[in-house]
Amino acid sequence: MRVGLFVTCLVDMMRPRIGFAALELLERAGCEVVVPESQTCCGQPGYNSGDRESALPLARKVLAEFSGCDFVVAPSGSCAGMIRAHYPELFSGQPEHDEFCRLAARTFELTDFLVNKLHLTSIPGRFDGVVTYHDSCSGLRELQVKQQPRELLARVPGLTLREMEGAESCCGFGGTFSVKFGEVSARLADDKCQKIQASGADAVVLGDLGCMLNIEGRLRRIGDRRTRVLHVAEVLAGDGNDQA
Amino acid sequence: MHFKARAGEKLADQQLQGALVKTRGKFVVGRAAAIQDLDNFEEIREAAQRIRDRVLEDLDIYLEEFERNATARGAVVHWAESAEEANRIVCDIARAHGVRKALKAKSMVSEEVGLNEALEASGVHVVETDLGEYILQLAGEPPSHIVAPVVHKTKEQVSDLFEQHHQRPRKTTVPDLCREAREILRPHFLDADMGISGANFIIAETGSTLIVTNEGNGRLTTTMPRLHVAITGIEKVVPTLEDVTTLLRLLPRSATGQAITNYVSVTTGPRVEGEPDGPEHFHIVLVDNGRTRLLGSEMQAMLRCIRCGACMNHCPVYQAVGGHAYGWVYPGPMGSILTPTYVGLENAPDLPFASTLCNQCGVVCPVKIPLADLQRKLREQVMERKLRPWAERFGIRAWAWLAMRPRLYALGAAIAARALRALGGRDKLLHKLPPGASGWTQGRDLPAPQGRTFRELYRERAKA
Repeated sequence: MRVGLFVTCLVDMMRPRIGFAALELLERAGCEVVVPESQTCCGQPGYNSGDRESALPLARKVLAEFSGCDFVVAPSGSCAGMIRAHYPELFSGQPEHDEFCRLAARTFELTDFLVNKLHLTSIPGRFDGVVTYHDSCSGLRELQVKQQPRELLARVPGLTLREMEGAESCCGFGGTFSVKFGEVSARLADDKCQKIQASGADAVVLGDLGCMLNIEGRLRRIGDRRTRVLHVAEVLAGDGNDQA
Repeated sequence: MHFKARAGEKLADQQLQGALVKTRGKFVVGRAAAIQDLDNFEEIREAAQRIRDRVLEDLDIYLEEFERNATARGAVVHWAESAEEANRIVCDIARAHGVRKALKAKSMVSEEVGLNEALEASGVHVVETDLGEYILQLAGEPPSHIVAPVVHKTKEQVSDLFEQHHQRPRKTTVPDLCREAREILRPHFLDADMGISGANFIIAETGSTLIVTNEGNGRLTTTMPRLHVAITGIEKVVPTLEDVTTLLRLLPRSATGQAITNYVSVTTGPRVEGEPDGPEHFHIVLVDNGRTRLLGSEMQAMLRCIRCGACMNHCPVYQAVGGHAYGWVYPGPMGSILTPTYVGLENAPDLPFASTLCNQCGVVCPVKIPLADLQRKLREQVMERKLRPWAERFGIRAWAWLAMRPRLYALGAAIAARALRALGGRDKLLHKLPPGASGWTQGRDLPAPQGRTFRELYRERAKA
């Protein structure tokens, strides 16, 4: 099974270790993983900012880069959601529409792929502590990623999952919203951080870089250096306890 | 003033924040429990969507059927293309009947067209009888929520208002405040000349108007005075009574979490020979005011809206800033679509952006309006009309341009990752970003990158 890893622009620049964690999980599960070197951005920033024109060439670029893959997997609900839920709409009525529908059908968010396609049962990672899971909006509402990460986390030795109140409510990131409406965005992030802290978890685990930077940024700003913010791939691959 | 500036004020308003925190989640919990009671909520939702879509496909046919049947039962149907025309029609009716005092049941369309101001200007004394709207009339404020208009006020603020306007000893408990409002309002019901209501639905096959209320003031308003005027939007028409019952299974559950409201009042024609009560004259004013512009456009789905307020109850942005931040009568996600489409995008250019696109609103909408998709489409219109700052449009294009050039992109990312890592210092956090990105660090830090990009590290690994 040939799997193309869509690293995503934020993982590439901000948290490469999450990309390697995803790579390791897929390889250990027996996938042949390819990482097209020319990959950059899925086009989501332009698309969500009202500039759909700018998303079209990027979508075509993604289609071409992953044309030889049986599946495309991204460690992000919003990037996978862009390809899966929005590319077909971007090209509706155009000759390429069918091709994008086929790409959409074989594109998955990482935990969704691990559970529903690979039926992964053995988890390489170990995490000693209590974690709470934040559902990112695109993963949850565009791709129905809800039980998948929890199922996987439940199998991690040493890990206790404790749900926070309002796990499904938005952390306030919203892409460029976080910069355009900084104050409102930070208030939503603050609400989320309070719920995380109230859960008493050692770490909040999630599946999207945007939410991750947003929540971590707010926790640190309010002086919380204790609560760790981890991507689900890091925890599953086993480097959750090692990284500061 | 734009959403952004208003939102900033609302975040700093401690009284408002206190009021919002108090009610936050109440409607959410109520709705969740209420839909649990239905074993086929999703099927009803789909049926409701089909009913609303069917109406919008043949809106003219259903409206003409409504007019025919309402007229046959003795009502007078008026058509208002604009807010001004709606106000003129109602003021003319009031003048023709020598009205000095008008009672109002809650009506968002009357807020939309500014009916109270128009009536007062033509010499009619207007009394709001919905408790929330009455409080707002005393305060001189617009509603901040379409179902719970006074949700932004605390009990203490209401005590202050009543004490000041009623000149009675200060009441401090909710039952006492309600009792006082009832005592003040009751005499008005007896001597008003005209009752004005909205309509949650109008029914084509019977020519009836229908309102859902909880306080009973709606029924008094529509039956006690000798003249009843119902004002509503043209999109509220529903083909049959049976269709209405489907929508009614969703509306109160989605709005307040009630299986049914305390009152559901169906009004068909004025009082006729042999009937013990009801008004002598019944006028129905159907308002367009921008609605037909949405028909056939990519925004048409918005006209399905049945005004339950679930979108705002579940919206994290609305819950943080309240309804007044949205600048017009319709707040929250539905308002961020309706306001720009009704009053013009140029008058509310940042509203379509005032959302994280989390789409919790779309998930709870009883008639399945894809609110996040519509917000995104409006953003496209804003961009096409160049209503966002030049630098922002340039930034998006520059990003896309760079992302189409992988080698240059890789170089840029590698430099940025190193620079930001260095700026992050020992605690690996950036506390202040330059203009353009400074919004981020208004309320949070930026965690610094690891220092090298995935691409670089992967290439090294491949070589090793």
